[in-house]
Amino acid sequence: MTTEGITLTLVLITFAIYIYIGWWSRVKDTSSFFVAGKEIPAVANGAAIAADWMSAASFISMAGLISFLGYDGTIYLMGWTGGYVLLALLLAPYLRKFGRYTVPDFIGDRYYSNGARAVAAIATVFISLTYVAGQMRGVGIVFSRYLQVDIAVGVFIGMAIVAFFAVLGGMKGITWTQVIQYFVLIIAFIIPAAAISLKLTGNPVPQLGFVFSDIAKNLSELQVQLGLSEYLKPFENLSAMNVFAITLALMIGTAGLPHVIIRFYTVKDVRSARWSAGWALIFIALLYTTAPVIGVFAKYNLINSFNNEAIEQVREISWVSKWEETGLLQLDDKNGDGTLSFSSDPDTNEVIIDRDIIVLSTPEVAELSLFIIALVAAGGLAAALSTASGLLLAMSSAVSHDLYYRIFRPEASEKQRLVVGRWMIFLAVIVAGYFGIKPPGFVGEVVAFAFGLAAASLFPAIFLGIFDKRMNREGAIWGILSGLTFTLVMIMLMRSVQIFGTEAQILDSFLGINAQGIGVVGAIINFIVSFVVSRRTQAPPEEISRMVEDIRVPKVMDQTD
Amino acid sequence: MNVRQELSEKQKEYWKKNLRLIIGLLVIWFLVSLFAGIIMAKPFSNIPFFNLPLSFWFAQQGSIIFFVILIFYYARKMDQLDEQYDVKEVILANKSGTEEDDS
Repeated sequence: MTTEGITLTLVLITFAIYIYIGWWSRVKDTSSFFVAGKEIPAVANGAAIAADWMSAASFISMAGLISFLGYDGTIYLMGWTGGYVLLALLLAPYLRKFGRYTVPDFIGDRYYSNGARAVAAIATVFISLTYVAGQMRGVGIVFSRYLQVDIAVGVFIGMAIVAFFAVLGGMKGITWTQVIQYFVLIIAFIIPAAAISLKLTGNPVPQLGFVFSDIAKNLSELQVQLGLSEYLKPFENLSAMNVFAITLALMIGTAGLPHVIIRFYTVKDVRSARWSAGWALIFIALLYTTAPVIGVFAKYNLINSFNNEAIEQVREISWVSKWEETGLLQLDDKNGDGTLSFSSDPDTNEVIIDRDIIVLSTPEVAELSLFIIALVAAGGLAAALSTASGLLLAMSSAVSHDLYYRIFRPEASEKQRLVVGRWMIFLAVIVAGYFGIKPPGFVGEVVAFAFGLAAASLFPAIFLGIFDKRMNREGAIWGILSGLTFTLVMIMLMRSVQIFGTEAQILDSFLGINAQGIGVVGAIINFIVSFVVSRRTQAPPEEISRMVEDIRVPKVMDQTD
Repeated sequence: MNVRQELSEKQKEYWKKNLRLIIGLLVIWFLVSLFAGIIMAKPFSNIPFFNLPLSFWFAQQGSIIFFVILIFYYARKMDQLDEQYDVKEVILANKSGTEEDDS
C-alpha cells in the first residue's frame, strides 16, 4: 500500500470514530449542550482541554518555530503552559462553584449588568473568531499535504465532520471526541520523537535524551560555526523585555480565553475543576516538553545531513526529494561547488528549511514505517478539528445563551434555546470555513489579537470579581473597555502593514514591547482603571457580596436563607 | 444568628488559608518561570544542569514540569482544607439535566 493509501485509511477510520461518538452523545437539553450536563470526569476533561488547547499550529509548527527561535522559543513553551497555573489557582474552582454556562454569564451576574454581559459576549465572539480562522485553514493544509486534495476541499470535509458532532452533541459530543483526538495526536507526536531521540542519543525518552546528551550543545556550536545564532544563548532573536512581556501576556491570555474557561463548568464539582486543570496541564506538558527536544534534534540532524555534503548525494535520500517537491525544503548550489553550505546571508545560503518540516519529516528521517507517517497526518487533523470545535461552541454559547436568551429573550423555552444553540454552531462552522478557504491577510497576526484581548479584558474582570469583593459594575465595565481599547489600538498600530496595508508600521513598539506582548500592558491598565473607578463609585449591592462569599467556598451555603 | 456568625468566622479562616496557599504557590510559579528562565537567563547560563545550561533547562523544560506539580499540589492541599473546614461540596441527589435558574 502507498503512503497515501495508508494515510487515507487511517484518516477515514479516525473520522468514523469521531462521527460515531457524535451520534452516541447526541443531546436533548441545554445543560448537556452547553456544559455536557456537568458530568465529565476530571481526567477526561483534562484530556479534552489538552486536545482543545493544542491546535494544528502546536502540533505541526511549534517545534519548528522554536528551533528557529532557539532559547527565545520559551515565549511559547512557558507562555502557553504557565496560564494553567493561574487558571487552576485563581479562576477555575470559583467559576465552577458559580456554575452557569459561559464567561459572560459570570461577568453579567457578578457585575449586575447586561451591559457588562454584552461586552463580555462580544469579546468572547471576537476572541474565538480570530482564533478559529487559523484552525480550519490547518485542516485544509493537512489534507492537501498528505492526501493531495485541494485546501478548499479539505476545509469542506473538516467543516462537515465538525458540524456533525458539534451540532448534534454540543459540548458533550465535543468533549468526548476531543478525548479520543487527544490520544490520536499525542501518540502521533511522541512516537517519532522517541524514535529520533533513540537514534541520536540512545535514550528513547526525549526529555532525558535532551538533558543527558551533547546534542543541544553541539547544535549551538554548529550554528555559531555556520554564522547562525547561538542556539542556547538567550535574547538572540528577541529583546529580554519582549521575551518577558510576551511570555506573561500569553500566560494571562491563556487564563482569559473563554473556550478554555468554559471547560471548567463541565465537571461535576469544585474539586474536579481543580484536579482537571492539573490533568489538562500534564497532558499538554507531554507535547510541550517534547516539542523543544524535537526542534533541537531534528534541526541538528538536518544540518548534519546537508552541510558540506555533495548535493547529488543529498538528493538521493528518499525523503529529501519528496519534501523538495513540496517546496518546504529548497536546495540550491549557488556557488556551484557541488556541495551544500549553510549561511546566515540569504545570498549565499544554499539550504532553506521551512519550519513545518521539522515535525513533518521526523518520522521519515528516523526511518519509521509508513503507518507512523500516516498517523502523524491523522494527528495533525485531530489537533485542528478538536481546537476548532471547542472554539465554535464558545462562540455559539456567547451568542445563543448570553445575547439571545439572557439579554433579548429571557422568556425563551428550553427547546427554543437548544434550536438557537444548534443553529449558532452551524453558522459558526460556516464562518470559520469561509475564513479557512479565504484567510484574511493578517491571519498570522490573529493569535496576538486573541491572547492580547483575552489578557486585557476578560482575565482581570473575572479575577477581580472573585478576589475583590468591593469591585463593582462601573469599575469592571470601565476596566474592560480601557484595557480592550488600548490593546486593540496598539496591535493595529504595530501591525498596520498587515491590517491596513500601510507602507511601514505606524508604531514599532510601546516602551519596547511588541504587539504579541502588549496584552500585559492592557491588563495592567484594566486593573488600575477598575480599581480607581470602583473605589469612587457605589459599592456593589448586598446580594452580590453574598454571591462572592458563596463562590469562595465549595459547599452550598445559602440553604439557611 | 450565632450559627451564621460562627459559620462566617470559619469561612473567613478557610479563605485566608486558601489565599496564603495561592500566594505561596504563585511565588514559586514566578521563580521557576519568569525569574529562572528570563530574568536570570544570562547569569544562570553559566551554571550547568547536566549537559544543558540551567536557565535554558528552566525556560524550555523545568518550568513546565514545575507548573504541573504546582497545580496538583494545590488540588491536594485544597482537598485537605475542604475536609478540615467541612466545606466540601455536597452533590445534590436531585440533579436533573435541565437548568436550575428557570424556576
